[in-house]
Amino acid sequence: MNLLGQSITRNSLLLGLFALVTATVVAGTWQLTRDEIAEQKRRAEERALLEVVPSDLHDNRMLEDTLPLPAATPGLGLRQDRQLWLARREGKTTAVVVPVVARDGYSGDIELIVGVRADGRISGVRALSHRETPGLGDKVDPGKSDWIHSFRGRSLGNPPAEGWAVRKDGGVFDQFTGATITPRAVVAATHRALVFVQENRDRLFAKPGGATPPEASPAQAPTGNSTSPPAEPGARS
Amino acid sequence: MSTPSYTDIAVNGLWKNNPALVQLLGLCPLLAVTSSVVNALGLAVATTFVLVTSNTTVSLIRSVVPDTVRLPVFVMIIAAAVTGTELLMQAYAYELYQILGIFLPLITTNCVILGRADGFARKQPVLPALSDGLLMGLGFGAVLLVLGALREALGTGRLFADMDLLFGAGAAAWEVVLVQDYQAFLLAILPPGAFIFTGLLIAIKHLIDARIERRRAALRAAPASGSKRVRVTGTIS
Repeated sequence: MNLLGQSITRNSLLLGLFALVTATVVAGTWQLTRDEIAEQKRRAEERALLEVVPSDLHDNRMLEDTLPLPAATPGLGLRQDRQLWLARREGKTTAVVVPVVARDGYSGDIELIVGVRADGRISGVRALSHRETPGLGDKVDPGKSDWIHSFRGRSLGNPPAEGWAVRKDGGVFDQFTGATITPRAVVAATHRALVFVQENRDRLFAKPGGATPPEASPAQAPTGNSTSPPAEPGARS
Repeated sequence: MSTPSYTDIAVNGLWKNNPALVQLLGLCPLLAVTSSVVNALGLAVATTFVLVTSNTTVSLIRSVVPDTVRLPVFVMIIAAAVTGTELLMQAYAYELYQILGIFLPLITTNCVILGRADGFARKQPVLPALSDGLLMGLGFGAVLLVLGALREALGTGRLFADMDLLFGAGAAAWEVVLVQDYQAFLLAILPPGAFIFTGLLIAIKHLIDARIERRRAALRAAPASGSKRVRVTGTIS
């Protein structure tokens, strides 16, 4: 019995020791790589932002120039509180980058960011994350196809509301061979982002100094999960 | 268990006892990640690194740890090695880290690693254990690469796409377009394709083994029946 007790004590001490050593090794590695990892994350985000807003549109550090965007913001389909980024040149807001989530993708959410210039034209769209079928729906990825660039220069009036759909639904945007659901969702989400920017124009592109958060608007009471008033772009036939 | 020669270790790891084709260990990452060469290579490198680290450490501590508590100790070591690898990859190969995603931490549960630790490293001196880790990793990695190349070529008509994720911007030019305007052969990229191709690889390995066995049998039979000058009494078995 005494022997058993001894062995238990010994083994637990040994296990404890190993837990301590391995935890130290992990903590050390974390300590060493922490700054580099934070830097990499920041750079990845910045790259994504730069892809939707050309560098000649801004001279500020967009990653730090943000406005809060509550999850309940109508039309954007956000799953949690996010932020939008402001591109400024010489203090004047030249474009905004709005995150928007298409919940009606083929498999799961498609997270997008949409860059909109002060004149309402799109400066770029990019999918941040998606789980669309490889080879079919994943053409929303700029690495796989140029499709996502077809939004550049579009605005709410160009094409008019009924044109904001894929060709199959009578719109102006191409669908992919064998995949209509994905582009349909992306077109609709991009249109919703444009509508959001249009409705918050005055606040987002306010004169120098401070733009006020969009939720300050009385017209935009973020209560409840009301559907966005300017109906989904494709009230399709 | 006597220490096998390095040749035996190499033959075992790369061919005779190949972790992916013979031991059929680590199938989950094998099937999930091999949709392209770059993914396969990334996981192969990470797995090999973890295998070498864990095998070496387990061999180093083999005299300290009693059999009764060896498994929890091994698991701690493996988990620490994997977490370290994950952190390093996040710091120095961020895009690849994002692509491999959940399969990086899941290396912990790759049975190859615990299998080699318990089945080999804990009974062997450091150097053989290290080589076993390296060669098992290479054997596993080779299968990953072949699968990745097959699936990428058949699925997308290209090879070595996105290699810049692993080797820096210069590698972007490595991409080889095998067939222009290739209509994606989806099955190859999706999970069923992984199963089918793994099965084919196993079948090919069996074919080669059978051929080698036949040749060896022929060689063995030839001198016994053909040679007249051998003086023997009785029969040679």
